Amino acid sequence: MNNKNNNSFAHRYSQWVVRWRWPIVILTLALAIGAGSGVKNLGFNTDYRVFFSEDNPQMQAFEALQRTYTKVDNILFTLAPRDDADVFTPSTLAAVEQVTEQAWLLPFALRVDSISNFQHTVAEGDDLIVEDLVFDALNLDQAALDNIKAVALSEPALHKRLVANEGGTTGINVTFQLPGKAMDEVPIAAAAARALAAEIEANYPIDVHLVGMMMMNNSFMESSQNDMASLVPIMYLVIIIITFFLVRSFSATIGTLIIIVMSVITAMGIAGWLGVKLTPPSASAPTIIMTLVVADSIHILATLLALMRNGTEKRAAIAESLRINLSPVFLTSITTAIGFLSLNFSDSPPFHDLGNITAIGVMAAFVYSVTFLPAFLAIMPLKVSQRPDRMTLAMDRLASVVVKRRKSILWSSVIVSLIILSFIPRIELNDDFVAYFDTSTDYRQDVDFTTANLTGIYQLQYSLPTHSSNGISDPEFLAELDAFSQWLRSQPEVMHVNTISDTFKRLNKNLHGDDNAWYRLPESRALAAQYLLLYELSLPYGLDLNNQLNVDKSSTQVIATLDNMTSKQLRDIALRGEQWLAENTRNSRAIGVGPGIMFAYISERNITSMLGGTFAAVILISFIIMFALRSFKIGMLSLIPNLLPAGLAFGIWGLMVGQVNMAVSMVAGMSLGIVVDDTVHFLSKYLRARREKGMDAEAAVRHAFSSVGVAIVMTSVILVAGFMVLAQSTFGLNSQMALLTGIAIVMAIIADLLLLPALLMRLDTKKLTIKTKKQAIIKNATQGDNA
Amino acid sequence: MINNKSYALILPLLAMLLPATAFSIDDSAHEKKGLAIAIETDRRDAGFGDSSASLEMILRNRHGETSERLLRNKTLEVTNDGDKVIIIFDTPRDVKGTAFLSFTHKLEPDDQWLYLPALKRVKRIASRNKAGPFMGSEFAYEDISSQEVEKYSYRYIKDETFDGRDHFIIERDPVDPRSGYKRQRVWIDKAEYRIWKIDFYDRKDSLLKTLSYDDYNQYLKKFWRANIMEMINHQTGKSTRLNWTDFSFKNGFSEKEFTKSALKKSR
Repeated sequence: MNNKNNNSFAHRYSQWVVRWRWPIVILTLALAIGAGSGVKNLGFNTDYRVFFSEDNPQMQAFEALQRTYTKVDNILFTLAPRDDADVFTPSTLAAVEQVTEQAWLLPFALRVDSISNFQHTVAEGDDLIVEDLVFDALNLDQAALDNIKAVALSEPALHKRLVANEGGTTGINVTFQLPGKAMDEVPIAAAAARALAAEIEANYPIDVHLVGMMMMNNSFMESSQNDMASLVPIMYLVIIIITFFLVRSFSATIGTLIIIVMSVITAMGIAGWLGVKLTPPSASAPTIIMTLVVADSIHILATLLALMRNGTEKRAAIAESLRINLSPVFLTSITTAIGFLSLNFSDSPPFHDLGNITAIGVMAAFVYSVTFLPAFLAIMPLKVSQRPDRMTLAMDRLASVVVKRRKSILWSSVIVSLIILSFIPRIELNDDFVAYFDTSTDYRQDVDFTTANLTGIYQLQYSLPTHSSNGISDPEFLAELDAFSQWLRSQPEVMHVNTISDTFKRLNKNLHGDDNAWYRLPESRALAAQYLLLYELSLPYGLDLNNQLNVDKSSTQVIATLDNMTSKQLRDIALRGEQWLAENTRNSRAIGVGPGIMFAYISERNITSMLGGTFAAVILISFIIMFALRSFKIGMLSLIPNLLPAGLAFGIWGLMVGQVNMAVSMVAGMSLGIVVDDTVHFLSKYLRARREKGMDAEAAVRHAFSSVGVAIVMTSVILVAGFMVLAQSTFGLNSQMALLTGIAIVMAIIADLLLLPALLMRLDTKKLTIKTKKQAIIKNATQGDNA
Repeated sequence: MINNKSYALILPLLAMLLPATAFSIDDSAHEKKGLAIAIETDRRDAGFGDSSASLEMILRNRHGETSERLLRNKTLEVTNDGDKVIIIFDTPRDVKGTAFLSFTHKLEPDDQWLYLPALKRVKRIASRNKAGPFMGSEFAYEDISSQEVEKYSYRYIKDETFDGRDHFIIERDPVDPRSGYKRQRVWIDKAEYRIWKIDFYDRKDSLLKTLSYDDYNQYLKKFWRANIMEMINHQTGKSTRLNWTDFSFKNGFSEKEFTKSALKKSR
């Protein structure tokens, strides 16, 4: 087909691969197995904090607070009686007692709070009785049950936190202190909690729902595992079907499958050797790699099969196809890897792992596609079906339409694009970490039930400083603390407020013979301090005040439990609280922190950090394209079909969905690396026709269509199918990222086949003289056609 | 189907079970020895009559933030029951003059009263707080209340030598189900039967705390008291150090000084 390059590197290399096919197959397999053995080092990270960088300010503020007070790593057992109207029956309260008792025995449990071990205080003459609110529930009479109900529903520490508004459900909150020594601490604790829940459900007519940060951490791991277990097999099936449909060859399909497996285990194995711990985003890397690998193989296979269909002998066709595709496949692999490497700019470390693992996989796929694949095919029997190439004919017809209606295509593209882009501002960033989990997951269902029937999941924590040792007993401070707590309670978003000022009021009442008139803050500092000492001396095992007070009693933590809300509302209530403190206290400034707040800011932080990453990727990729195409003008022109798809995807998202999580920040860089491949293939064929065959823009467009149109459509179909599979992930960051990328790829193919040719015919009108430059990159890039 | 060959296989397995039986005989011997050590420890500290001391308590969290308080302690030995104890708070200033009276008991819950000077009232605390923290420290009531033999069941574990002393290691399981512990491992020196170290295992049997004693002095040529007690919580990283000074014995305290009405006058 082409004899000018017999001495080129690509030519000699292609011959070499076919000659040394056996050693190459064996060596590459050994390489993949060697790298892949690192897979055994892969573990799952089970801490939601992994989504935040070390220097994330919201994370730092939260960690500072967690150092001062008891941590909030917890599991909340929500107990819902199946038949009874409320939980104040001997049987349900007995279940609460049992869970409370046994929860102390859960691995790493530090503290258990429930309506049964709530330290109820009552006065009896000069005695202060401090005791469990519920004790020996099965032997309680109706009067005692009524009393418990009255106390629980009026106690601010319990109502709407551990007992529902009307008493229909109740919660048992278990606080954990993880030693942080082993990777499996979270799943161990979660499994033990589930066993306890199952035991309760088996022995009582009660449904148990498990929520809390520990269960969320566990769900991160389970979500990763489920995705890998369910999506990867679907992905294999999709790839087998599409590849076989496209190439109609058993050997070629098998070869592609082996390359996919080799690339995935190489990437995951190297990740294992590097000590990467998997998170849902990085656990999606295998699916993405599988998709991208097929695209590489398809180019080589398409050329090879076309050559064989035209009568070239198998081994000659293999060598020729490899020679033609070596440079384009290298080029597109590099740009794809750069796109994924841009994720290293993210403020969220799991996306660094995703980017790096995928980049490694893409480059491994390049290596295997130009070594193993041709060597393997040289060994295996390969037959081609002699069928009329309907797709190429369809491409020719499409080319005619585009040439004929270039003006209307150009202008309607511009108008439609502008309309779609105008919907981008409708996108609202929302990182509701609960909504990261699909409604099909246990965790999400339990959270939804608990939020609807007991209490909120989001907590907002303020640490109010007094700036003096034992300062929390200062009556002026207590008055401010109480006013702040009341203000929080008056906010519509707030379901519950946990504050030590309530405890002071209750003790004051108890020590004045339970007279309700004394339900107010103690008047003197000494009185408050002595009440607190009395209370501290009477608390049972594990129920110290360190969840509310620091060691020095110079600061106290107020915890507001919030209703379900968006990131924007969450930021808003946190800031309002900060503002209230600034305006209404002498010097108790505090910022509102909590896991919800950390996620509420994560999108903005990631978009800011990814702007740099995406920009770097655009510059680098554009430079590579200009260098490869040896044209500044065409390189600049290529920016339009390369950047527009991500923008259009955001616009369509704004129009159809609206809310988006932080995954949106990754899509531009990632999709750029992928969609640029089609542009490169199209433009290189176009330029070859212009430069070497002296065609005008119109003829060159027709040539590009007929030579790479089919391959572009094929690879896009595979890419879209792959990302649609990933979009089925139960983890919202993965599914939204995949869906947006999928939309961007569809937009890219439309842009490449309609807008790009129209632009070329409009702008590239200069007559070119026939040039005979034979530089390797462009030469080979322009010959990746099967015409 | 069991044939002769199978028996040949089973017999050695049966033989392997034999030492297990031997262990249970061993167990009972170890229990006796453990109890004997506990009784001897108790005997050597019996008969002190009464004592008083000053105490500095330093609370420290994982990150080195600290809080200090000064207390005074008076103890009256009670034969055949737990001791009577008065604790008077000197600092923090806000709780100065607050006095705590406790009648510790061998098995029943302790009786406790607190005098609040700001309220000028004595309040009885009726609480199941035996396993609860003492003043927010890492010490539970059960760690600092008088150690009666009957409160635990014992077993001897082994001997161990460190810091130039020979020790018995015994384990003791609390008899009271309200205890916060499943077991405690205690290091007692063979020469003087002083406790040097206790490992506390929580109800789920994970190591919770370690209490170390240091700087022992002998009083009245008989009674040993450690000047330093340091409790480290391994799970939370918090710790509490007790610095004892001014030990004084045979002060001639009477029952009358350890009553609810006398509590108000404690200074």
